[in-house]
Amino acid sequence: MTDKIIVENFSLTYSDGTESLFDVDIHIPGNKITALIGPAGGGKSTFLRIFNRLNDLADVREVRGNVLIDDVDILDPELDVIALRRKIGIVFSRPLPLPLTIYQNVSYGLEIAGERNKNKLNAGVEHALQMAELWEEVKGRLFDSAYSLSGGQQQRLCLARTLALEPEIILLDEPTSALDPVATAKIESSLSELKNQYTIIIAPHNTQQAGRIADYVAFFLQGRMIEFSSVENIFTRPVDERTQDYISGKFG
Amino acid sequence: MAAKSQKITGALITKGIQFSGFSSILFVLLIMFFLFYQGIPALFDVPLGDLFSQRWYPIESLYGIVPLILGSLIVTLGASLIAVPFGVITAIYIAEIAPRWLAEIMKPLVELLAGLPSVVLGFLGILIVSPFLRDVLNLPTGLTAFTGSLLLGGIAIPTIVSISEDALKNVPVSYRQGSYALGVTQWQTIWSVTVPAARRGILTAIMLGLGRTIGETMTVMMVTGNAPVMPASFMALFMPIRTMTATIASEMGEVAGGSPHYHVLFFIGLILFLFTLAVNIVVSRISTQQLKRSERILS
Repeated sequence: MTDKIIVENFSLTYSDGTESLFDVDIHIPGNKITALIGPAGGGKSTFLRIFNRLNDLADVREVRGNVLIDDVDILDPELDVIALRRKIGIVFSRPLPLPLTIYQNVSYGLEIAGERNKNKLNAGVEHALQMAELWEEVKGRLFDSAYSLSGGQQQRLCLARTLALEPEIILLDEPTSALDPVATAKIESSLSELKNQYTIIIAPHNTQQAGRIADYVAFFLQGRMIEFSSVENIFTRPVDERTQDYISGKFG
Repeated sequence: MAAKSQKITGALITKGIQFSGFSSILFVLLIMFFLFYQGIPALFDVPLGDLFSQRWYPIESLYGIVPLILGSLIVTLGASLIAVPFGVITAIYIAEIAPRWLAEIMKPLVELLAGLPSVVLGFLGILIVSPFLRDVLNLPTGLTAFTGSLLLGGIAIPTIVSISEDALKNVPVSYRQGSYALGVTQWQTIWSVTVPAARRGILTAIMLGLGRTIGETMTVMMVTGNAPVMPASFMALFMPIRTMTATIASEMGEVAGGSPHYHVLFFIGLILFLFTLAVNIVVSRISTQQLKRSERILS
């Protein structure tokens, strides 16, 4: 198994002094789904946002440690962040289509990336919507406002717009927390399909979801990564007592 | 006993508040009533064809108000050509690009400009702007519609900047994040996500800014030359004109009450009122447009 992402001794402090992450070491394998679990405030969202440098926009005071993706240091201040973000897509917890049509939401990233050919754009949009299992539902009304879709459809649209850029890594921050079980199942099934092509890191909105879809699980508690292992190990034979307690529901 | 007097006090206070609330509406209605009451007779004093003719020369009973209406429109149009781009771009700069400390200085500064008395602005116009324009553009006089447009643009800009900036700031951060996460640059995000999302507020800002310019009196009276000539072509922008507001302000003091001239001045006021009313209706239509349910939840 190849390590797509290597994080070493990573710490991050916000400018108000709260330490969000503390000495995190983790090797994340490629073409697998890795789930980050743990109670709220454990640093999962902050951790996800390291990889596409969205933390640059937040009030971060200090970052220490190394983060390598395919052996490239992505914390390098000289790095082309725009190119990085095209390679690493993110889906947020609340469905947030841009105030555009369904079609434009997906084509937007492609057009910005310089794609001008209408046929290629159409093909890219259709392919992305199919991968997000949304195509059948929207193909007749691509030019309606994205807000005319239901919450679950909007979230799949957000997934599609990320997929349209053909990223290498997809980050998902509680992507189903605002969705009903049916929509959640659709998102989960598309993720399971997608891992053949992509490396997926997800902060699931509950532990059971990690059990359903993840290959590997990292347990975060108050800014520290407590344990990282395969999903079977975490759920059946956790090494750390705190992991055991969290999985069995003693706290959380 | 105490409870009873409390009850009476409460009732009195409620009545008092009710009275003040209704009286302000009553005042506005009274103003409207007098405007119509004094303005409408103009339609009987002066034949309609003469009223909408092209010559304003009250001494010889020529009451053509078309040059005045066009004068107001040309100055407002010129002002909007200046104020809209400058105002909106300044707002974008303050809201999206300027570092926080600079934005915190600039916003109050711009809003302070909104409080500049228009007579002071007119004074600056007469002393500085108009001689400058006369020399640079080689005009017979610097007191032109264009001078008025420049200064009125300056009056509209603070309103446009302030309200547009609020609108841009109200665009949810998540829109920007979603856009950045797709590898979109800051400029592209501003252009294709933030500004379109704030367009309703920006339109409101523009309309309110222009509403101020059309009703503005002092500055235009001082700098536009006060010549009620018909603006015939594009070049009229660089000639003296006179607006509706300036006409009322300069002639109302010398007119005999109840004369045709007097009624026509009120009639001009009525037209002005209809203009600003139209602007305000458009603004409230824009800003109270029903949000879709999904948009309300998300923003």
